[in-house]
Parts: sequence; structure tokens; C-alpha cells
Amino acid sequence: MPEKVLMKGNEALAEAAIQAGCRLFFGYPITPQTEVAAYMSKRMPKVGGTYLQAESEVAAINMVLGASAAGARAMTSSSSPGISLKSEGISYIAGSDLPALIINVQRGGPGLGGIQPSQADYWQATRATGHGDFQILVFAPSTVQEMVDLVSDAFDLGDKYRMPAMILADGMLGQMMEPVVLPDHSGKELPEKPWAASGRRGRGTHNIINSLYLTPQELERLTRERFARYDKIKATEQRAEEYLTEDADVVVVAYGASSRIARSAVNMAREKGIRAGLIRPITVWPYPTNAIERAIPTAKAFLCVEMSMGQMVDDVRLTVNGRKPVHFYGRTGGIIPTPAEVLDQIEKIVGGAE
Amino acid sequence: MRLEKKITIICGHYGCGKTNLSINLAMDHAREGKQTALVDLDLVNPYFRSSDYREEMEKNGITVITPVYAGTTLDIPAIPPQVDAVLDGSCGDVIFDVGGDDAGATVLGRLADRIRTMDYEMIYVINRFRTLTSEPEQAVGLLREIETASHLRASALVNNSHLKDQTSPEDILGALEFAHSTAQLLGLPLRCTTAPVSVAEALRDKVENLYPVSIYVRSPWEMENK
Repeated sequence: MPEKVLMKGNEALAEAAIQAGCRLFFGYPITPQTEVAAYMSKRMPKVGGTYLQAESEVAAINMVLGASAAGARAMTSSSSPGISLKSEGISYIAGSDLPALIINVQRGGPGLGGIQPSQADYWQATRATGHGDFQILVFAPSTVQEMVDLVSDAFDLGDKYRMPAMILADGMLGQMMEPVVLPDHSGKELPEKPWAASGRRGRGTHNIINSLYLTPQELERLTRERFARYDKIKATEQRAEEYLTEDADVVVVAYGASSRIARSAVNMAREKGIRAGLIRPITVWPYPTNAIERAIPTAKAFLCVEMSMGQMVDDVRLTVNGRKPVHFYGRTGGIIPTPAEVLDQIEKIVGGAE
Repeated sequence: MRLEKKITIICGHYGCGKTNLSINLAMDHAREGKQTALVDLDLVNPYFRSSDYREEMEKNGITVITPVYAGTTLDIPAIPPQVDAVLDGSCGDVIFDVGGDDAGATVLGRLADRIRTMDYEMIYVINRFRTLTSEPEQAVGLLREIETASHLRASALVNNSHLKDQTSPEDILGALEFAHSTAQLLGLPLRCTTAPVSVAEALRDKVENLYPVSIYVRSPWEMENK
């Protein structure tokens, strides 16, 4: 195989998971993520792994819970409506302090919505992937190469913090083809999981994986422990790319496929002499507040661009906290904004500021 | 490369570049003043399909036939009724842009009995840089699956090895051995090797049957930059 290969985003996610040592995939097909499952069905048997098409999304996520409880590196993938179905299981996984990788190749919603790309599950991913007081790690790649790179990071950080991790992609990234270099993780050992329910192995006590705590004091204590972990993650695991932000009057904030549109628009603005820049969150939970903070003193205004009616803009506003105007531009329903539309917004903001 | 038959079927691994090749073949044929039709027969992939480039092709006089719900959010695997018209020969020379892999080629099975009685060829498109088909043996294996699903046999190969906008002349030269080995294993002629127009000049005299192709299939963020 050549060093650099052409892969579809969905295939890249699947191959990256195999390279990261995942040998258990439980899923159910749904457009536009089906190639993840299709690729796994071909590759898993060849690497001694298991691809299992569950009878439903609910079953698939509970298989992930079981496999993870036994200490295995396990994953599932779906697209928006399927993630809603998985949400109960994701809450149970979080409540059991288990790592797991969940991929969401977002499509238009609500309901069955559409099959074209969307970013309308941001609130779901960062606020409420299920019921209860919890967060999951959420990574937002913007290229096929980054999809590859973030899969192994998501597995590793999920293991480190014992919590679910999500790759929040969209139909555009899942379906598009780009050259990638696959990483070589051979020789890398997966971490020990002394908490796994995989037999007593001479210990005096059983490991019990559970999310039911009927004593309120105990449930509060556990939840507070989890939130102390979240604080540590917020302090240490933020990731963002800052592009031409140092002198930018207008700082565009966009993630995933939207960030590529936004980058084109920023370049077009620069050609016209407008000082525009881009902050591209790579983690959306933890939210990269540090990158936003760095831009606040010099920026005249922020412009959040999303393929939704405006969801991540909440996090930008929470961080900016009224210090600078925060504008929003979005398309939804499966429509991708064009660079010209975003440039038009940038020009309006600059015009209005003068 | 030129169309040699009334019906040209383009099949291959998904992502090997079937759609971009199909559009090039249709545009070149139409430019020669020949009546040309392109059928988007991809019923399995909702994105990056020839229907998306309909306007540009129609401007060039090409009849573009797309699945009834192409480009909408309906995922309905139905053959458009106009396919009957092109098989009657009333739309001129026809290119079928088939969906990827055996899954995409299954729809051809429905039309195979009719196509077999006609003047047709089936071109298998290969790309050394696509995973799972980057070795000649893998490319051969996939064609066998496509042939089983489509009930048709390939008659020639097109070497469409590329890395999208990162394709260098060296990449194309480096893929020649793969293309020849695959052709040899299959016992089929290698009709041409494609190269993006931007690198084709550097390959003149170095590559047999070079077919310079324009890039029509682009990402949304590339549209207004080029």
C-alpha cells in the first residue's frame, strides 16, 4: 500500500479505530455514516476483530457498554437520529465511568430530517447526550486526516478519564475523499484497566460496573468526583486552531466542515484587505475558551458560522460574555454555506463597525 | 480517451473517480458535436455524484438523467424511467456512471439482459491510492464482485490513480506498474491513464495513452477559490 492513500472520511474513521487497537465494532447502518459499518464488516474479520450489526442502535450501544465494562476498546457509530436512540446507553456508560468511542456523522434534523450534512447536534453532543449530570469528550475534525488522528486520541483520552468520547463529524466529512497518511501505532500497548469486570484474577473483591445508586449522598459524591475530573479536562485538554487571529478585526469561529468554508471566506476577506481570522475548535467539549479569550482583546467582533440555526454560538457568547459583539450566520436542513455568503457577513460586520 | 461504443458503463471502487471521469468523457464527446447522454446510476451514494454537475453538462448539450430523488433527502433506490429512452438509442451515445463497488453495481443487473444485446463496453476504473484496492490482487477481487452483482463483464481498464489536488506527476508514474499488473491479471486492455490537466504536461511522452482530465468534482470550499 502506498504511504499516502485516498480515503473517504467514514472509511478513515473506521481504519483509524482499527489502527488504534479497537477490535470490537457494534453498529447499525444509517446514511451518511454507513461506510463506517461497511468498512468494519470487511476489515474486522481480517484483523481478528468482531464486526457486529446489532438489531438496533439501542442494542449496539449496550453492546459497547458490555464490551467496555469487560475492559475492551469498543466503539459504535451512527448519524443523528441513531445517536438519539443511543443516548440512553451513552448516559449509562457515563454513569458507569466507562470509556467508549461514539461517532456521529451528523445529518439534518430534527426527526428523520434529511441525509445531507448538518451540525445541528452540537447541543446534543455538548449539553445532553443523554439524561443526567455528565459530559463526554467531543472532538470535531475538519479534514479526513484529522479524523484519523483524533480517533486514537479520543480512545486514549476516554481511557485516561474513564468517560465516553465522541467524534462529531458531519455528512460532508464522512462522504468526502482526501489523501491521508495512516499512523503506525504498532507496538503501542493499550492501558491496563484494573477496574474492568474481567474476572477476579486473585483479587479479594469483584469489580462491579454499575450506574444505579439509590443513596442520594453516594450519587452526589460520585457525580462531584466526575465533575472534578471535568474541571481538570477543561483546564488541560482544550484544543483549537487559531488562523490569522493575531491582528484580526473579525474573528470567525467555526468547526468541522463549516470551518473549511470559513477559512476560504477569511482568505477571500484578506485578499480584499479586511483583517479576518478564524478560530477552529478541535475539541468542542471541553470548549476551547482559551483560544477565544486570546482573541477578545484585539477582535472587534466575532462571527460564528455553523450548519445549524446557531448552537455553538452559545459557547462563544458564554466565553465572550458581552465584551465584544458576537454575530451568527448559519444554514440548516442539509445546506452548506458558501464562502461568498460568509464573506458577505464579514463585510457587513466590518461595514457596520466603521 | 474517446467513447467507442453506443453505451459506455463506468464502474469501480467508490471514490476511485468514476464521476469525474464520466463527466470528462461526456464533455469531450459533446464537444465533438456528438449527441451525448450521461446517466447517474448511483443509487447508493447521496453525495458527490454526477447529478450535482447537471447544470454544467446541460450547458454543453449533454442529456443528464438522474434518479428521481437525486440531490434531495430521499434515499429511494429507483431507476429513473428515462433510462428506457437512452437504451432505445434516442439520446445518442450514453455513459452510465455507476455507483461504487458491488453494492452500487447491483442496479446494473436489472438492465444487464438488455445492455448485453447492445453495442456496449464496461470500463473498470482503478486508483492505486484508494485503500482496499491499492494492490492488483485486491483490484481484481473487487471487479469480480462488481461483475457478479452487475451480470456484466468489464472489457477494459482506466487507470485513474490520483490523490485529489495533491496528485503529483511522480504519483501517476508510480502507479503505472499497479495499473499494468492489474490489466495483466485481468487479461484486459488498459485503455488510458488519466492525469489532471495541471500535471499532464509534465507526463507527456512518459505515459502511454495519457488522458488529461479536468477536475469537476470539488469540495464546496474549493468552488469559489479556484
